[in-house]
Amino acid sequence: MGPYTLLRVERGGLDPGSPGQFFMLEAPGRLLPRPMSLCLAPAGELAFLVDPIGSGTQALAALEAGDSIHVLGPLGSGFRLDVDRPLLVGGGVGIAPLPFLSQRLGAPPAVLGFRSEWHAEAAALVPNAEVAIDPTLVTELIEPGFDVLACGPEPMLDAVRALTPGAQLAREAPMACGYGACYGCAVEIGGEWKRLCVEGPVLEAAA
Amino acid sequence: MLLNASGCLDALTAPATARAFDAFVTKTVTPLPRAGNPPVRIAETAVGMLNSIGLANPGRERFLAETLPALRGLGVPLWVSVGGFKAHEYAETCALLEDVTIELNLSCPNVEEAPETAAEIVAACRAATSLPLYAKLSPASWDIAEVAGAVEAAGADGLSLVNTLRGMKLDAGLHPVLGTVTGGLSGPALKPVALAAVHACFRATALPIVGMGGVASGRDALELHAAGARAVAVGTALFSDPSAPNRIREELSAELATLGLESAEQACGIAHQEALPERKHLDARSRVS
Repeated sequence: MGPYTLLRVERGGLDPGSPGQFFMLEAPGRLLPRPMSLCLAPAGELAFLVDPIGSGTQALAALEAGDSIHVLGPLGSGFRLDVDRPLLVGGGVGIAPLPFLSQRLGAPPAVLGFRSEWHAEAAALVPNAEVAIDPTLVTELIEPGFDVLACGPEPMLDAVRALTPGAQLAREAPMACGYGACYGCAVEIGGEWKRLCVEGPVLEAAA
Repeated sequence: MLLNASGCLDALTAPATARAFDAFVTKTVTPLPRAGNPPVRIAETAVGMLNSIGLANPGRERFLAETLPALRGLGVPLWVSVGGFKAHEYAETCALLEDVTIELNLSCPNVEEAPETAAEIVAACRAATSLPLYAKLSPASWDIAEVAGAVEAAGADGLSLVNTLRGMKLDAGLHPVLGTVTGGLSGPALKPVALAAVHACFRATALPIVGMGGVASGRDALELHAAGARAVAVGTALFSDPSAPNRIREELSAELATLGLESAEQACGIAHQEALPERKHLDARSRVS
């Protein structure tokens, strides 16, 4: 869909976990696996939204039916689901965890931002979604009074944080292992560098 | 004996992986807490990875009060990696430790070099503790065997070989990827470097050696044993495979069995033995006379 690939793998014995959690996917030919949040959990499968922008994601997008890869997960902590008036906010490939989240929350309203009509084809994955296309920003579609659950690029998350303190933000960081071993995915939390894979990837925006 | 390489595993977040090793080696502990380096801290390269974690750790006091007691609960023998910036700092940490093996991190490429030489630091620590002291050396010195000889003379009980090598990666726009510009190179790229270092130090000293650098398979472990390592440590391979220790152990057993060896110790130093004379295969068709 658009520039993105929806990669579907057999679930086997793996638990899909909760929305916002992620899996480490072996990227064939690469030394390190790649972290991907779960996009959908169809019966017997796990589905991931891949934006083929680098060597690892391109290797994942090039996989063909019948290939097999090593999958580790679910990892990290996902979105808190006990919210009264959920609004899902996504930007670009950051909409990845929202289809699964929408399913678990009973298709609440969503606002999604993309850089082009082509990219916006992925909006079809999220029910009840309103779409903003550059130069319109997704934050212009956020109305007050909602419990925001967001995933997207850092500038978008910064804007969401400013608009809606208390929002749940799914962050991203380069990661070698995904299970707390490498200390590579450091993000600043409460003035300290902490491991996003252990403390997150979903973090509550400081009020 | 199979260990993890220091800084490549958090036993408290992945206890099952830690228990699969014969001993757990901690992240380096420094006298004061260190937040570590700003991101980006990780970069994949063609045949390895770069890290610039920067010795993030809670500092000596909290390590002794909180981390170490929690690690004891795992029931795995512990190696504590000790770091510092001056010889007396290393020695002070050593003096506070009990019932562990100590690995002196003399060579982290992500922090400024200690002003004292490796041998001076080892001597200060030797005076401070009777615990086993392993010196972890950088492969970047021009003659690692000479450094190994010096730390042996200073009282080290063993060598950990090798730490990462300093490296750098540029992004598409030709700027450094890592927040600190350079980082430590590990993974498959480091294996030949580790083999050469272990081989050289095995000849130069009588110290037991823990070999590490790019170990991802039983064959890799076997090669380090053959070069002279008594034990082997797994680092970067853990990031892509938390079940690496058991897999490598099984693969190594199979490798040893094909050689008719019963243990990894028997493979130690094989690369130094004179090669067996080549067998002459007579493959002629002989006429019956």
